[in-house]
Amino acid sequence: MTVMRNTRDVVGQPTPLIDGVEKVMGAAKYTADLPVADALVGRILRSPVSHARIVGIDTAAARALPGVRAVITGADCAATYGVLPIAMNEYPLARDVVRYRGEPLAAVAAVDAETAAAALKLIRCEFDILPAYYTADAARAPDAVALHANKPGNIERAVHHRFGDVEAGFAQADLVREHVYACAEVAHAQMERNAALVEYDPARDHLTIWSTTQVPYYVHLMLARCLEMDASRIRVVKPFVGGGFGARVETLNFEIIAALLARAAGGKVSLRLSREETFLTHRGRPETEIRLKLGMTRAGRLTACAAEVVQRGGAYAGYGIITILYAGALLQGLYDIPAIAYDGVRVYANLPPCGAMRGHGSVDMRFAFEALLDRMAREIGLDPFAVRRANLLSAPTETQNGLRIESYGLGECLDWVEQASLWRERRGRLGTGRGLGMACSHYVSGAAKPIHWTGEPHAVVHLRLDFDGGVTLLTGAADIGQGSSTVMAQAAAEVLGIRLDRVRVVTADSMLTPKDNGSYSSRVTFMVGNATIDAARALLAHLVAAAAARLGVSETAIQHENETFFVAGGDGPGLSFADVAQAALAREGGAITAKGSFTCPVEFQGGKHKGGAVGATMGFSYAAQVVEVAVDHETGMVAVEKVWVAQDCGFAINPLAVEGQIQGAVWMGMGQAIGEETRYEQGLAVHASFLDYRVPTIIESPPIALHIVESIDPNGPFGAKEASEGALAGFLPALTNAIADALGLEIDTLPVTPDRILEALAHRQRARRLAKALEEAV
Amino acid sequence: MQRDRPSPRTHIRAFRLNGRAREILVADSELLLDTLREALGLTGTKQGCDGGECGACTVLIDGRPRLACLTRTEECAGHDVETIEGLAENGRMSRLQRAFHERLGTQCGYCTPGMIIAAEGLLRRDPAPDETAIRAALAGNLCRCTGYVKIIEAVQEAARGAP
Repeated sequence: MTVMRNTRDVVGQPTPLIDGVEKVMGAAKYTADLPVADALVGRILRSPVSHARIVGIDTAAARALPGVRAVITGADCAATYGVLPIAMNEYPLARDVVRYRGEPLAAVAAVDAETAAAALKLIRCEFDILPAYYTADAARAPDAVALHANKPGNIERAVHHRFGDVEAGFAQADLVREHVYACAEVAHAQMERNAALVEYDPARDHLTIWSTTQVPYYVHLMLARCLEMDASRIRVVKPFVGGGFGARVETLNFEIIAALLARAAGGKVSLRLSREETFLTHRGRPETEIRLKLGMTRAGRLTACAAEVVQRGGAYAGYGIITILYAGALLQGLYDIPAIAYDGVRVYANLPPCGAMRGHGSVDMRFAFEALLDRMAREIGLDPFAVRRANLLSAPTETQNGLRIESYGLGECLDWVEQASLWRERRGRLGTGRGLGMACSHYVSGAAKPIHWTGEPHAVVHLRLDFDGGVTLLTGAADIGQGSSTVMAQAAAEVLGIRLDRVRVVTADSMLTPKDNGSYSSRVTFMVGNATIDAARALLAHLVAAAAARLGVSETAIQHENETFFVAGGDGPGLSFADVAQAALAREGGAITAKGSFTCPVEFQGGKHKGGAVGATMGFSYAAQVVEVAVDHETGMVAVEKVWVAQDCGFAINPLAVEGQIQGAVWMGMGQAIGEETRYEQGLAVHASFLDYRVPTIIESPPIALHIVESIDPNGPFGAKEASEGALAGFLPALTNAIADALGLEIDTLPVTPDRILEALAHRQRARRLAKALEEAV
Repeated sequence: MQRDRPSPRTHIRAFRLNGRAREILVADSELLLDTLREALGLTGTKQGCDGGECGACTVLIDGRPRLACLTRTEECAGHDVETIEGLAENGRMSRLQRAFHERLGTQCGYCTPGMIIAAEGLLRRDPAPDETAIRAALAGNLCRCTGYVKIIEAVQEAARGAP
């Protein structure tokens, strides 16, 4: 039998999601869809004040209300939690001090929602009010009260990094410019509201949680910690999850509260948060101010970069240390910059805690960088594409902060968007109020160093083969809509040479699936994909050995494809997959479980400086995009007419899903650029609905033309890198650069609301009138 | 968050649900979303907001898209209610469901039932909508994953394949 081996039978093919049928049929069960007939209803009492010492919480009347089965307060959990082992400073229910309006103070479990609501109203809280700070400046004022006693000045973390000779770099520059950029805080606004269902079995002291999480493993760790339970008594299940975008990476207070309630009540508790409460749980992208200085030669070559960043992080640490480190670390890895100085400070304030959001740490900084780069290019008289091309890296290389780059398709991305948008032909010729702008961006394919240094692999996958010839893939990786389960099934099917539908995927149930570090920092395709390939090769070895024995040849003579094992160069019919599977089971003593794993080698884990692991990855994705805008002079409305985006994702294992991820990322960047903004009045979240927090509707969402660049990363699974985050950041500056092209206005503050456009136009008008008047006076 | 309800008076009400005659006990102020999800176990209809903001709970009442979170079940008496669970034909995906699946008009899937129902309402009144009509029909349905690009393609695909 001679068959030409097609190495891309399954991967590389546009593939509808393997769990997509359930979604379109309405059959997919999300946490709030799980049966709750016998469950108690949980509700949370939230702080009406921004900052106070808790004098007392009286729950006696609530406890006495018929139908109330449990009431808990901060007194019921003395353990802190948090995503970073070095910065766990949050309690699931406030203890002693409450630090933001909306922070949980108490919770009840009752027989129905009415009783639970009535019980909350019976809880009496007494506060000793403390001064509250809603801006980074106010929190950093010399006389400000510290939110956390061990963090004087309300500084969570200050970072000072120096790479290269920055002073010499600026001295060599023909043009040095410095500007201040400001970005509003934004939220993930995932469509599914937060919810948890917890079942506690008092007879066995076992607890099961179903939750809206991106990282079941972290939930497992934090429940064991906060409930002081042996982890083996806890089971964490992730049902279908309605989006995450980073909001659900950290274990969240409601998950621990639901577990505490279930244990206190000795039963099952359903805790479903409202949209308002989902906004209050937050973990969004922080309000950020950036003072950026760049040096450039006449040819557009960058000579030095100095950035000062202030992030307003909210009341607790969360991911803050990582976010402020990312903002500096990812100044590198996109362009060749000889010298970089970074000074970042993460500040506490009396607001809901910020966290990781798609493009974690890199987005606002990328906005500032690409905006200033364009501004300086205009001043020098260089085309925006030319100035970027003057600073390209070439792979393989290592940046000054120790980031290794093995593949780099940015040049091809630039070429495609320039041609597809007809940049040269159309730019400057679109008429009044219309413009084109462009920018680049990049992102990691997983953090190379995990948060928990346990010595275990970074990803583990099991493949199970049994008598039915089905291959069951078990992974802890959480598919939250990005399509990771489909990618894993494709990878396994490709290596095994079998049909995709022979692979069934079981995900994210700690009782069944091996631990995974979770769905964050775009790590899953790269790390779990590689672990899947490893597992599939291990299973294949069993099959090849069985086929060789059956066919009476050596293992090296066996080839396989299209569910057939055959002797290379031979003319026999070969053996079917089912026959080989049966033979393998007979040889191995029954059902086979093959294990695969993946670990990022230590040489990819970043620089030796403090914080050097943040930003380190095995593969960066690269993206370039062009945005076309039309701005209405009368109303200040900015309409995004079209986007052209190209992304180097290494290799598109599922091109259909890669397209969807890139479009979604660009669009989410658009939301931040043109309108999204959390707003607080004296600490009260006044944005906490979809009417007040305006994510773009289908009406204002543009066509997005895209192109996938495949640089084939040497370490990625089939060459793949990340595809879900890299294109987001570039939208923001591409938009403001387009507005600069359309109106000649430099917009330094996001979002670009109509008010800001009109204000900038009026400011320019006044300046022109003043200049004219002065001229006439002379 | 489960709703707070005053102690309600209840009535038996008859309506058609996904083509089948149903008689159920309905409280005065009960919302159709709660009836579907909590009383009848039809959880395909989603709740994404605190009322009337996101479109995830879109159902068809007499063939027209309505928000189940703003509709009292009482008002449905004698009417024809269709949910995402009623679109499949003999367990097979409808043309819109198939197009959303194959074109990746769904990612996390949470807005998908409401989005498909709103599109179904459109295709029934306008079997060959242009892009502007598609955008107008889906303007009340938020999606946070797709950027809407593949949603528009899916509806166009389904319209092309319309009988």
